[in-house]
Amino acid sequence: MTVACAIRLNSALTAEQKALFQSPDQIRKVLATARNIAIVGLSAEPQKASHFVASYLQDADYRIVPVNPRGGMILGETVYGDLTQIPFAVDVVDVFRPAHEVDALTATAIQIGAKVLWQQLRINNITAATHAREAGLVSIVDACIKMEHGRYSSGLHSVGMNTEIVTARRPRPPGSAF
Amino acid sequence: MTQPRSFGFETRMLHAGHVPDAETGARAVPIHQSTSFVFHDTRHAAHLFELKQYGNIYSRISNPTTAVFEERIASLENGTGALAVASGMAAQLTTFLTLLSPGDEIVASSHLYGGSVTQLTHTLKKLSLKVHFVDPTRLENWERAITPRTRLLYGEIIGNPRGSILDIEPLAELGNAHRIPLVVDATFATPYLCRPIDWGATIVVHSATKFIGGHGNSLGGVIVDSGKFDFSSFATLAEPSDAYHGLRFYDTFAHYAFLMKARVETVRDTGACISPTNSFLLIQGLETLSVRMERHVRNALLVAKFLHEHPKVAWVSYAGLPDHPDHTLAKKYLPLGPGAVFTFGLLAPTPADAREKGKQLIERLQLFSHLANVGDARSLVIHPASTTHQQLSEDELVRAGVGPEMVRLSVGLETSEDLLWDLDQALEGIS
Repeated sequence: MTVACAIRLNSALTAEQKALFQSPDQIRKVLATARNIAIVGLSAEPQKASHFVASYLQDADYRIVPVNPRGGMILGETVYGDLTQIPFAVDVVDVFRPAHEVDALTATAIQIGAKVLWQQLRINNITAATHAREAGLVSIVDACIKMEHGRYSSGLHSVGMNTEIVTARRPRPPGSAF
Repeated sequence: MTQPRSFGFETRMLHAGHVPDAETGARAVPIHQSTSFVFHDTRHAAHLFELKQYGNIYSRISNPTTAVFEERIASLENGTGALAVASGMAAQLTTFLTLLSPGDEIVASSHLYGGSVTQLTHTLKKLSLKVHFVDPTRLENWERAITPRTRLLYGEIIGNPRGSILDIEPLAELGNAHRIPLVVDATFATPYLCRPIDWGATIVVHSATKFIGGHGNSLGGVIVDSGKFDFSSFATLAEPSDAYHGLRFYDTFAHYAFLMKARVETVRDTGACISPTNSFLLIQGLETLSVRMERHVRNALLVAKFLHEHPKVAWVSYAGLPDHPDHTLAKKYLPLGPGAVFTFGLLAPTPADAREKGKQLIERLQLFSHLANVGDARSLVIHPASTTHQQLSEDELVRAGVGPEMVRLSVGLETSEDLLWDLDQALEGIS
């Protein structure tokens, strides 16, 4: 298993908060096990950050579940008005809404049995994050799920970004006998 | 699971940015000498072009060998990422073209490489960008030159050729107070001797041709972003981009915005890209950077002290010597030593005589190569007033501190006694 440094860069969190809410081990586990990712505040506009993230996650074989009161379809998926309307289980609730809305979203995420509450880059509600954590959810704060996936899948590396991954181990290709 | 660890500089010099290849297990970084890269399918191709997917399209924009060089430099500079380009000149021009709009202004140190002065003065003028040069040694000079149109502060950590040291920390604070990013050229220092981002610089540029490559065989430049600057008020990064259907780079890529735009707009369009083979050779240089720089600064100090004591030498301008005005700053920012490039002047009654003696010295040297470069493993010598700074006017020469008697050395890794012998025999022979 690759050893990754904890993220040191570009976050408003304290070292203690980073250990709780940006643990590389937890993030890697989430990325490896999640299937359905509800994206709250997903925009229908193709050039918005949330749309970039959703499209990227689809390419990486996750199913995205758009949540936006405007309804309709985004990226081939039905848009639900809120989390409670989703008729199947979601693994991750990925939040693109202002910090003050995250308290209510957290309560709903717990109610629908989500396993992960993920507050995107620059969204930083520690009270809600702590609440989610105490309810047994994995709670991520002030991080981008696309960038984190890119860190471990060589995508970010390919555009010269510092993934902070340092290892001499040769990765095993999927399905390798060795 | 092993505990996360923050690895040391030397470890990252050898490993950062390169995970052994899963298919082949190749330990050295492979040279991907390929112009272009095959798409998985049409959706993949479209998403790469729309920037919705990371990956390689064409080596003018990104390349797998170059990516190793980029991430390794980013790691060593404590930056968020890096972009490698054709040369050091391309690195600074790419930075300016990415951040600035016509009518914007730069405040720059006057203690710069002559080629940079020319680029800033003449080439940027054609793009309606205005530059105010200031004596960098006093903070109030910078502050006085800032106008509402100022969008960038620029200086060299070790000024070429006189070896003055840029006081980065207060300058970065001044920039932050005015919401202006500080861009620092750290070519003469390399990340081993000084990491400007740790002192508050926003962006670092290098001519990697010099000590990073270290062997005088490959041109290259690199731009490193700290990722810490708030570009939300910068039109070039925050406003919709016409080149990408209204994409707002700062909104979508956050702390990667500057480097993404520099890569997929500026370098895509200027074509100032680096060759994969050059990236490979620069990576080879990085793998021994700390070992070489320790020897470079050790030899440089020995040579500087020798010249300082020599009866035919009028002055030596090396911040590693206690009599240099920036010796205290050098100890703060470059505690391991202020690089291995410095200047000295020969004792002479008139400027014309000084120029003549300088020529004689260069003609007599046996080990110092007479050429226009610095940062080679070999020792180098040049006369700036007639070469590297030759395009500058008399005024500009005075402001850059380049006198007719000035000789510049780049001290290499040879046996130090041999370097002293060479200088001694050449000085003895001057009439």
